[in-house]
Amino acid sequence: MILHGFLPSLLEGAAVTLGVALSSLALAATLGLLGALAKLSRSRIARAIAGLYTTLIRGVPDLVLMLLVFYGGQVAINTLAPLLGHEDYIDIDPFVAGVLTIGFIFGAYLTEAFRGAFLAVPPGQREAGLAYGMNARQVLWRITLPQMMRHALPGLSNNWLVLIKSTAIISVIGLSDLMTRGQQAAGNTREPFSFYLAVALIYLVFTSVSELGFAWAQKHLAIGVKESRL
Amino acid sequence: MNFEAIIENFPMYLSGLGVTLKLLFLSLLCGLAVALPLAVVRTVSKGLASRLVWAFTYVFRGTPMLVQLFLCYYGLAQFDAVRESWAWPWLSSATFCAWLTFTLNTAAYTTEIIAGSIRALPAGEIEAAKALGMGRGLLVRRIVLPAALRRALPAYGNEAIFMLHGTSLASVVTLLDLTGAARAVNAKYYLPFEAFITAGAFYFVLTLSLVGLFRWAENRWLKPMMSR
Repeated sequence: MILHGFLPSLLEGAAVTLGVALSSLALAATLGLLGALAKLSRSRIARAIAGLYTTLIRGVPDLVLMLLVFYGGQVAINTLAPLLGHEDYIDIDPFVAGVLTIGFIFGAYLTEAFRGAFLAVPPGQREAGLAYGMNARQVLWRITLPQMMRHALPGLSNNWLVLIKSTAIISVIGLSDLMTRGQQAAGNTREPFSFYLAVALIYLVFTSVSELGFAWAQKHLAIGVKESRL
Repeated sequence: MNFEAIIENFPMYLSGLGVTLKLLFLSLLCGLAVALPLAVVRTVSKGLASRLVWAFTYVFRGTPMLVQLFLCYYGLAQFDAVRESWAWPWLSSATFCAWLTFTLNTAAYTTEIIAGSIRALPAGEIEAAKALGMGRGLLVRRIVLPAALRRALPAYGNEAIFMLHGTSLASVVTLLDLTGAARAVNAKYYLPFEAFITAGAFYFVLTLSLVGLFRWAENRWLKPMMSR
């Protein structure tokens, strides 16, 4: 067979990649929501911190940040651990380092996407909620958030597509994901082209399925919204 | 924090900066040169040519750049035909493979950006040109491309910044760019914070410069065109 029996290994790697991507998305979406709310808040400190977050993260490559988190984290943990009583060397799990880094990075991008989505909801909606006596948290949960989700979808889908491709760089710090399995298979069989092509095809399947999913979600969330005919 | 090692190795960082900038500008330039005709084919032609361009952009935008890089640098070496061809000295060079991969990747994204910009042109401009009797070639050269390229500036600026971040992948195929310099310093001195924060600072300044450059370009070429 073309893949010399390495397909199960590749599929396991694909599962790891998907796991990393989904975990990172969860972290990124949380950070993005908090960041967007901070950027839109009345507190100058919140706006400044969120602004610093998005500017710094979007100004540095993913790979550099990941290497910083992984190697720097190792040094930091192993400097602090003896002070707390641990004698052995503590390893940072590449999965954790990868999820933290990618989640952190895309939290910055999602902050901008969600901020745009919040701004797209007509302000009158919020005012009407407040006029009815709802407090700010209720307005956010019941009125603003459901409406902003529809506007956030294009930004969210674009960032998800970039995110799932970015997970490939976690192979650099040794995570046994799809990319690493491909490298191992390629080294084993001396057929790098076949295996990297297989890896590329699997990523293509991921992105294609994601695009279909987002198209469905867009239609689903747009029910009841009148679209102008150009 | 011990920055002495960084200061000692500053020349390596500067040479890494040179490699990064060289890769970035060569890739962006060649990618744009390839993307312009491809975008026109994508939007103006119908049928096989347009579909082929679509397939190209679909594949290159749907797969990670790291996979594309490995396919080019490690993958092509698998074939005897490649190893014995005239192109082998090029294809076995990491710098050439990195430049080729980055160029093809940015060409794919830029093609879609320009194609989208062309599709979004006000129909009235095109109709007016046709009413004046302009042929296809003249129409594209004098009306469509100038307008589309100007409108594509914001999106292209984003793409340029993504490309800058993407060049850091060159360090994975052992090129000594900014990230490569940082990894070398980290490997030698075990100073990850100092090494990678310095590289990060360089990239940050480069990003800000690119943002400023595109803002100038937009002010010069896009703003005068926009309605007040």
